[in-house]
Amino acid sequence: MRTELFLSVTGVVLLATAVGAGSPAPPANATISGKVTYTGTPPKMKPIDMAKEPSCAKQHATPVLTENVATGPENALQFVVVYISAGGSQAEPSTQVARYDQKGCQYLPHVLPMQTGQVLQIYNDDQTSHNIHPLAKVNPEWNKSQPAGSQPIDTKYEKPEFIPVKCNIHPWMHGYFVVLNTSHYAVTGQDGAFSLKGLPPGKYTVSAWQEQYGAQTQEVTITGAETKTVNFTFKALPY
Amino acid sequence: MHDVSASPASHQHTAPSGFLRKYVFSLDHKVIGKQYYGLALVSVFVGMILSWLLRLHLAYPNWHIPLLGKFSATGAPDGVMTPEYYLSLLTMHGTLMVFFVLTNAPFAAFGNYFLPIQIGAEDMAFPRFNMMSFWTTFLAFVVMMASFFVADGPPISGWTAYAPLSAVGGDAGPGLALGQNLWAISIVLFCVASLLGALNFIATTLDLRTKGMSLARMPYSTWAWFVTSVIALLAFAVLLPACILLILDRVAGTSFFIPAGLILSDKLQPHSGGSPLLWQHLFWFFGHPEVYIAILPSIGIIATILPVFTRKPLLGPRALVGSMIAIGFLSYMVWGHHMFVSGMNPFSANLFSVPTLIITIPATIMTLLLTASVYGGRMRFDTPALFCLGFISVFISGGISGFYLAQPSLDTYLHATYFVVAHFHFVMALASLFGVFAGTYFWFPKMFGRMMNETLGKWHFWLTFLGVYCVFMPMHYLGLVGNVRRYSAFVDDYLAPLIPVHKFITIAALLTGAAQLIFFFNLFWSRFRGSIASVNPWEATSLEWSTTSPPPFDNFGGHHLVVENGPNEFGAEAPDGTDFVMQAAPRKGA
Amino acid sequence: MGRVFAIVLTLITLVSVAFFVMHTWWLPPDISTTGPAVDHQFEETLIGTGVLFLAGQLLLGWFAWNASDKTKKVRPFPGGATPLVTAAIVLVGIEVFTLTFVGSKAWGAIYLAPADPLALKIDVQAEQFAFYFRYAGPDGKFGSVHPEKIDDGSGNYFGLDPANDEAARDDIVAASLVVPINTPVALTLHSKDVGHSFYVRELRVQQDFVPGLDIPLHFTATQIGKYEIVCTQLCGLGHYNMKAYLEVMSAEDFQQWLKTQAGQ
Repeated sequence: MRTELFLSVTGVVLLATAVGAGSPAPPANATISGKVTYTGTPPKMKPIDMAKEPSCAKQHATPVLTENVATGPENALQFVVVYISAGGSQAEPSTQVARYDQKGCQYLPHVLPMQTGQVLQIYNDDQTSHNIHPLAKVNPEWNKSQPAGSQPIDTKYEKPEFIPVKCNIHPWMHGYFVVLNTSHYAVTGQDGAFSLKGLPPGKYTVSAWQEQYGAQTQEVTITGAETKTVNFTFKALPY
Repeated sequence: MHDVSASPASHQHTAPSGFLRKYVFSLDHKVIGKQYYGLALVSVFVGMILSWLLRLHLAYPNWHIPLLGKFSATGAPDGVMTPEYYLSLLTMHGTLMVFFVLTNAPFAAFGNYFLPIQIGAEDMAFPRFNMMSFWTTFLAFVVMMASFFVADGPPISGWTAYAPLSAVGGDAGPGLALGQNLWAISIVLFCVASLLGALNFIATTLDLRTKGMSLARMPYSTWAWFVTSVIALLAFAVLLPACILLILDRVAGTSFFIPAGLILSDKLQPHSGGSPLLWQHLFWFFGHPEVYIAILPSIGIIATILPVFTRKPLLGPRALVGSMIAIGFLSYMVWGHHMFVSGMNPFSANLFSVPTLIITIPATIMTLLLTASVYGGRMRFDTPALFCLGFISVFISGGISGFYLAQPSLDTYLHATYFVVAHFHFVMALASLFGVFAGTYFWFPKMFGRMMNETLGKWHFWLTFLGVYCVFMPMHYLGLVGNVRRYSAFVDDYLAPLIPVHKFITIAALLTGAAQLIFFFNLFWSRFRGSIASVNPWEATSLEWSTTSPPPFDNFGGHHLVVENGPNEFGAEAPDGTDFVMQAAPRKGA
Repeated sequence: MGRVFAIVLTLITLVSVAFFVMHTWWLPPDISTTGPAVDHQFEETLIGTGVLFLAGQLLLGWFAWNASDKTKKVRPFPGGATPLVTAAIVLVGIEVFTLTFVGSKAWGAIYLAPADPLALKIDVQAEQFAFYFRYAGPDGKFGSVHPEKIDDGSGNYFGLDPANDEAARDDIVAASLVVPINTPVALTLHSKDVGHSFYVRELRVQQDFVPGLDIPLHFTATQIGKYEIVCTQLCGLGHYNMKAYLEVMSAEDFQQWLKTQAGQ
């Protein structure tokens, strides 16, 4: 009696394992793509006068503009972070380095997305000192001086957060670290377009975040190797 | 020497025994004086190294200093100082020098050692308070130095710690969190210690003078310590609550110095109702008398030492003492001259400039009397005498630049430039320090029973005298061009042509600093190998020279001296054929 | 040794004075209507203090030289202390009161005289670590400021609220202080965070910004050019790099500049 029970259980376990080991993972080759646009009138971006820092000012033939509502042709919205905020499996930690440059007294890129635990390297490419100050509230807040020609700063963030970044010495410098716990993210360019690739089937919540207008979400269900189009529209105000 | 064994206010105490009681927690004012001197020596050494680091960074901003990088990886990554670390080192340089050197050495160290002896007493009025004063000062030093070792380093708000930069906390920048707290706590402790010390000096001077030692017969160094103590009592009594209010603003959510609506690190600061100008008033109400606390003891020391080497009486001693008292009194009326452009009512600038200019009168009188005291002397140019002459020269230089800064219409241009840096270094760092040097070479034989090496002393004097003029005279010129102070780098267009001047100053500063090593070496070498000193090697008159070198634990070996002369009896032929009469000798040597 | 001291001291004194007299390093030319009075005060003070400095140091050197003559006996100072002290009180007293009364006019012209009622009004904000300047714009009215609305990243340095405040919509915010020549300018200084200071060497003015206060400062610039405004009140790690430019233009150029700014 006990021997039969033991053999049955073992048999079932062995069968299940064989089935499990033998069955392949679902294909991760779906894409969610689209465009982020605005309606209404966005504020005019202002030229930044870098007169107080001549070594940076002379790097720009025409003054750079503020980037809080950066737009492109056909009402495109730039610098929107689009990412999977729910659904899907736990992200693999990224081995790539996220790079942030201080160049011409600007943060490049203006918005830098990264994964939790990903190595972030901050470079000072200018002839002046910068003091980089990410204003984190959930993660630890710190600021560090980087004299001209000094080594890059290596750091990382462990918790998801939208972190505004400022320079303590040059008030116009402004950017964001967007720390996410997904590997599926994109930042829109001047054309407002984004594309999230390599998604396995499942139900997803896609979020779009713009620094001035906040976040929007949409639900998407992926069943196979398809391309789903998801567009976001933000309401812009002149002020 | 008359010997009267019953004396009105004498303290009988037995000689101490045991290592701790004799050398560590001693109640003996002489040991405490040496402890203060030792603390000042450590502080000046640290302060000097800090000044080298600052000057190196200004002249050669791209140099890597590996030792500095090892000491503080955040402050000097790869050995290159960050802008905030420059300000940290600047703050500590000023704080250590003003408090732990210039208040400690001429006042607490020499005053503690020699005031009781010069008035013929066995010890201070309150020996236990005295011991507590030193150890509280020591604790203050430890707390201050601790700020070097906390995460963000020392505070960056300068020794003046203006609010709201110093009051809002870490949002205002690195070093302004824990570092600033430690600074404020250290200063609170320092104030307590100084108040106890001042009380001690005043009580001792008024109560413990030996028979015949009227106030009029006190040596000028004693007068200076006495007047300084009165100033210190009132001044530190204001700094103490000011720092407590600062601490409360920082940790208890009060708003004494912080108004509403301030945005720091993109955050609205949760304060309202305070006034940054209140901090400035409180600080400078202490701060200006403080600079006289730093200089008056040195003036008294020079006035005591100079006649010994000119072999003639000091000219106009009553006017000298009267000037000291006048300066002490006036020092409380001028604090607003640090605040001409601070935003207080501009009419008050006119009000404050009047007593500021008036205070030049007693200062000029003292300088003239000291200078004229050299006239007609048969001068012995030993090292203490050279430092006396050097003192007069640097005091003149420092005083003259004060004439510019005392006038609001000129201060509107010169405020916060290197002209101010030149001025206060001349009067404080140089004049006050020359008084300490003179006192050291003069009193070393009495304190340790050995002479300091005269050759090394002369080398020290000449290199220092030339060196300090090379360092600080050019700073006047920088100020006239408008070179702003407290800058960690010179990036403005008009500052670029001044870099060669800064390089000259830096090299001079490094060389002059190196010359001080001669002094340090001389101190330690002479302590053990100097030639044995007699009871009165300089042929001076004050009471310390009427006892052994060094004095016994109760200063006079049980004798109660009776004083019949003032300290100024030099020059005329004394009955015993010498050219001086000691204070403890019979009247006029009879 | 006394003779060596006298010689060294004399050399130091003469070299030091030479650099002052030759104006090797000196104030830049002034460009303000109140400048000449300040410069005159400087020259007067230079002469007065120069005489005192030379006299003091050279006398000290001379006395030290004489005192090293061991053949002479000790001699008292001629006249004793009283004439010396009296002379000090009288002479220094006269110098002091002269400087005070003459200098107070130069000071008063800058800080006590009221601004011209028709002066060009400019709002100045100091913050860690830049200066920003605000002009009222075509409507001639300044919008109200709201510290909590400040957003440096979008260029809203003053915390204006153009969505709800009409007067704020045409305010011109610039990073340089641009003024027309020979026109009275009335600044109002306020600070966003900690203490700062406004210093233009050529204007011969310096005024601290005090958080919580709005401090007036006025001037009239008399020469076209570009001059540095630097911060002189220790305000944090970027203090050394806190500056802006004062640009003095012709009246026509200034109007053109205003138009360009308004269009942005």
